[in-house]
Amino acid sequence: MIKDEPTAAERLIAGILPENPIYRQLLGMCPTLAVTGAMEPAMTMAVATGFVLLCANVMVSLIRGLLRPHLRILVFTLTIATFVTITDRVLAAYLYQMSKELGPYVPLIIVNCLIISRCEICASKQSVGVAVADAVGMSLGFALALASLATVREVLGFGTWFGLRVMPESWPAWGIMALPPGAFLTLGLLLGLVEWFGLRKRESSEA
Amino acid sequence: MNKTGYISQAWLVILLAFLFGGALAGVQRTLGPRIAENQRNETYDVIPSIVPGADKSQTVELTVDISGGKQHRVYEAIGADGQRMGWVIPTHGPGFADEIRLLIGLDREATIIMGIYVLDQKETPGLGALITAQPFCEDFKHIPTNRTLEVVTTEPTAANQIEALTGATISSQSVAGIVNSAVKELKEPLQHLNQSLKN
Repeated sequence: MIKDEPTAAERLIAGILPENPIYRQLLGMCPTLAVTGAMEPAMTMAVATGFVLLCANVMVSLIRGLLRPHLRILVFTLTIATFVTITDRVLAAYLYQMSKELGPYVPLIIVNCLIISRCEICASKQSVGVAVADAVGMSLGFALALASLATVREVLGFGTWFGLRVMPESWPAWGIMALPPGAFLTLGLLLGLVEWFGLRKRESSEA
Repeated sequence: MNKTGYISQAWLVILLAFLFGGALAGVQRTLGPRIAENQRNETYDVIPSIVPGADKSQTVELTVDISGGKQHRVYEAIGADGQRMGWVIPTHGPGFADEIRLLIGLDREATIIMGIYVLDQKETPGLGALITAQPFCEDFKHIPTNRTLEVVTTEPTAANQIEALTGATISSQSVAGIVNSAVKELKEPLQHLNQSLKN
């Protein structure tokens, strides 16, 4: 392992909050905006992306010594596309309605920059153990971000969470939150909030 | 670079392509029947919505001979009273992004389109994906099968015209094209079948 590369524990922790793929790196915006209207599709997407990321990271890390620099992106894409196709077929077989609800967003995991960036930044350079920790950390960070967005949107948009009513019956469901503008509004506000907390934390540590 | 050079450069890509291809074939072989079963169940569930009066428990799957010595799978939509209500044609064709899979409901004489249902599509979200939405599918209802469907970008002025979805003209044309091909291929065989079943 290269001396300056982060350890498995550092990779794991970094992915959850300090380098959160959505709130800190703004990666994977397509599913972030598209499938966070409710918790169920958001969590299915988080698990599907996590599975692909984990498998791709492990595979790329295993063959990292054989990668040719000019062919590495091709190998990453081939690997990611394979695991995305497997995920798509598994969803169609066992979660058919959810597979239909997610529609093209499952195949679109192939172009989620989060996965290819982790293959490039971590898996192609570090051991399998570190690549697994990196994938788990990033997947948790991705799931956390999707869950936060979906929670806000589902609770305000439908008065429910995972389909269970959490707001009073009299709650006037804010339809806009379930629609694309609601996704942009929520993402913008939560990004601002995370940035504000980050600033405050940096200021207090400098003081 | 000579051929040996290319292979020495790309051997890993070639090997992975074979390995992944094999793995995907295995996955498809294992899960394919289950996915097909899910799709069949969905088909039976939507048949009453595209052929009004049909009862999904009475619906029968048939194979029809079409031109060129080929065969095509269709569903005979039967009502709760045992009367034939119409036909459902499962079909598919190229869309803007990927294959579009459709169900087309016809009346018992195969002269009127009773409805369509998009089983599967991967068109552009928010644009082409609206082919699954009710307003677009509703446009196909009650159109006679004696005229080819035509997609227009303005207000339809004839019974065989379908208004294209804004920003998704190709997806709209794809759906109309798939319906046209299926109707052209199966209209007569279904009319013959209807007659022979009557007799």
